[in-house]
Amino acid sequence: MWRDALLVGGKDLRIEARSRVALAQIAPFGMIVLVLFAFALGPDQSPLVHAAPGLFWVAVLFSTVLAVQRSVAVEAGDATRDGLRLAGLDPAGIFLGKAAAVGAQLLVLQAVLAAGVLLLFGARVVHPWLLLGTCLAGAVGLAASGTLYGALSAGVRLRETLLPFLLLPVVAPVLLAGTRLWQSSLAGGAPDAGASWMRLLLVFDAVYVALGVVVFGPLTEAA
Amino acid sequence: MAPAAPVPAPALFLRGAVALSGRFPLLAGVDLEVAPGEVVLVEGPNGAGKTSLLRVCAGLVPLASGTVRVLGGDPADVRTGVRRRIGLLGHASHLYDDLTVAENLRFAVRAAGAPVDGIGPACERVGLVGRLLRTPAGKLSAGQRRRVALAALVARRPELWLLDEPHAGLDASARGVLGVLVAEAAAAGSTVVVASHEPELVAPLATRAVTVAGGRVVADRATPRPVSTAGTGVADVA
Repeated sequence: MWRDALLVGGKDLRIEARSRVALAQIAPFGMIVLVLFAFALGPDQSPLVHAAPGLFWVAVLFSTVLAVQRSVAVEAGDATRDGLRLAGLDPAGIFLGKAAAVGAQLLVLQAVLAAGVLLLFGARVVHPWLLLGTCLAGAVGLAASGTLYGALSAGVRLRETLLPFLLLPVVAPVLLAGTRLWQSSLAGGAPDAGASWMRLLLVFDAVYVALGVVVFGPLTEAA
Repeated sequence: MAPAAPVPAPALFLRGAVALSGRFPLLAGVDLEVAPGEVVLVEGPNGAGKTSLLRVCAGLVPLASGTVRVLGGDPADVRTGVRRRIGLLGHASHLYDDLTVAENLRFAVRAAGAPVDGIGPACERVGLVGRLLRTPAGKLSAGQRRRVALAALVARRPELWLLDEPHAGLDASARGVLGVLVAEAAAAGSTVVVASHEPELVAPLATRAVTVAGGRVVADRATPRPVSTAGTGVADVA
């Protein structure tokens, strides 16, 4: 399983390194979302700083949809999904590899968007480790759930519109927990106040990683 | 009295195989048995079920009823590991456009658990050399993509070759090479099933010809000539 995961994840990251879709298209899209929110909230910095955590995670969620759609599209051209099946790869390995590749891209996107939030909104980080841990846990959960729902929508003709419809409601706990934890990190609140939200985030991660390992095979075989 | 020689298990065994796409029958009760080392030509008109038959054998299409056993296992169950012993050259080439030819081949061979040292010789056999190996698959012509898929098949060295219209998109030289490769695979003990609308290219190699119509096998006959490279264009490429 781990060998297959490394193989598939390495392949997806190599494809991303060549096509640069995440950096050249998805990251600018996320930045545009942040800038538009900034325009909508007006020139006063106070509401921007207050809203920064939520805006960051909304931008991350939108970017996740695009990253997952790209991950699904990679396996749609020239029936490459059938190629993976024919190779006899462990479905759990395929899931972990694809989720890891999406997760790695999300971490890069989060770094770009976090820089945007700090620079555009003038937010100040008080607990950087909490902020980094939240980003990491959020990326795991979003990548796992996104890859799972990407597989669910893969065989559907209208998958581009179906995926956000399926995924965005499901990842609401990541939005809530991520926003609260970022508020603790930026506003200088005690990190302990975010412990329950971090637990929620970690439980979400564990549930979707486990679910993906178990369900991804039947989903891809049925697609 | 000497004990009777054991009968080898069939490489391919289908009994009453029914496959559906929604409510539309792809296969409507196929009975077929192919012994190890046989080269079987599958003929039939468009929509007869040739491609579906091969996809069922590759484990890509599940059966609604009936039995399929490939190399002793159920190809639809990925846990059996049977798929790694099957090579399918179908209508698609299974190539990633952003990866080079060499990267695509390395991924395909490693994913199938085969040694990568077979890639170089396989590329030379199908004429993939030099700059072509460093070319992204997205820039290849349809015929070149077909050659890459063929190279991946050869490098994997599967025990069962499933070839669906393998000559489509190939030039005369590549068609000749394909004939040689099929003959060599059969000589090495692999089983080959070829679905083709160009039986004159496959018949010289085939030990049997099976006709499919309406999702069923309607004729099954031995071909008059044994496995050889005659008439496959070998002389053209040698």
